[in-house]
Amino acid sequence: MSKLHFVTDGFVKNNPTFVLVLGMCPTLATTTSAMNGLEMGLATMFVLILSNIVISLLAPMVPDKVRIPVYITVIATFVTVLQLLMQAFTPAVYETLGLFIPLIVVNCIVLGRAEGFANKHGVGESALDGLGVGLGFTASLTVIGIVREILGSGAVFGWKFISGDGILAFVMAPGAFLVLGFLMVLFNKYLAKK
Amino acid sequence: MEYFLIFVSAIFVNNILLAQFLGICPFLGVSNKLSTATGMSGAVCFVITLATVVTYLLNQYLLVPFGLEFLQTISFILVIAALVQMVEIVLKKISPSLYQALGIFLPLITTNCAVLGVAITVVTKEFALGGAAPHMFNLGEAVVYAVATSLGYGLAMCLFAGLREHLAGNDVPKAFKGLPIALITVGIMAMAFLGFSGIV
Repeated sequence: MSKLHFVTDGFVKNNPTFVLVLGMCPTLATTTSAMNGLEMGLATMFVLILSNIVISLLAPMVPDKVRIPVYITVIATFVTVLQLLMQAFTPAVYETLGLFIPLIVVNCIVLGRAEGFANKHGVGESALDGLGVGLGFTASLTVIGIVREILGSGAVFGWKFISGDGILAFVMAPGAFLVLGFLMVLFNKYLAKK
Repeated sequence: MEYFLIFVSAIFVNNILLAQFLGICPFLGVSNKLSTATGMSGAVCFVITLATVVTYLLNQYLLVPFGLEFLQTISFILVIAALVQMVEIVLKKISPSLYQALGIFLPLITTNCAVLGVAITVVTKEFALGGAAPHMFNLGEAVVYAVATSLGYGLAMCLFAGLREHLAGNDVPKAFKGLPIALITVGIMAMAFLGFSGIV
């Protein structure tokens, strides 16, 4: 029970998107709709948990000097596994998220947790941390996706509540920056009140 | 004509930062001052071009003939990491002044997703420009695309650094301070760049 905070920390205190501001590229690029944000978050979580587990096991054996290349190789391996799995079972999702699946390799969240958490903690804790941060990332991406989908196409998770188009700019590039900026303001307000 | 179209489209229409969302982390991280922004853009330009040539050849002559395309991600990132390290060593020897100028930015570039992004894009995506039939880039086109993309990166980066220097002196509400106002500024910049979208 006491270990539960490793999971919940990832949501508010260590929220990867709004507090740590890591992994901005997929956050901005794939949140054109709530569903896309959710899928991207889950894909990242998959890699995050597995790489955290393996790196926490490897860390004591790896010399300090070569640790970063070793971590990147481990992460890249799991990304390749994820790519092959997605191509086999969810080809449509793989097609929509496109380039940003292989780019999980250079997502600073994954390397950041490897370097900042997994190499100093045990297997169980690292797995929980991966789960927590992964869920936090997924939640943030989904929220951004929901806001952009409501404003941009007048729908939630593909269910349309207005006829016709929304404000198209919110589905395109500028909307990503604007929505993230304003959500960050709200998050800051919330943290300041606590 | 073909090369010119690739050039214009990569710099303005499909700007790597403002339309493709690649390399945002260093973009937000080092755009506080115009001088560091130019330094970073220079380093990125150098590495993107070099990395694209090397990974293109690797893909063409090693991965494709042996049917190993699924190793693209892992082999490309290793090549880029090794390349950045090598560039660092070579620059230190032959041009200490350039090395000093790029200094701290070089190691950061390994995890800049713009580099891996461009490398993967040129070997997997079919491009259709100016009404031509979609086709894969040859080496020459890939190089032009890489150079133009990194110039677009530099352009957006330097413009934004200029804006941000002015922003620093302004009185913004407390909750907007720092990144939020920066993101909103980028949003407005991206809107301006949308205006180029009809060109190519």
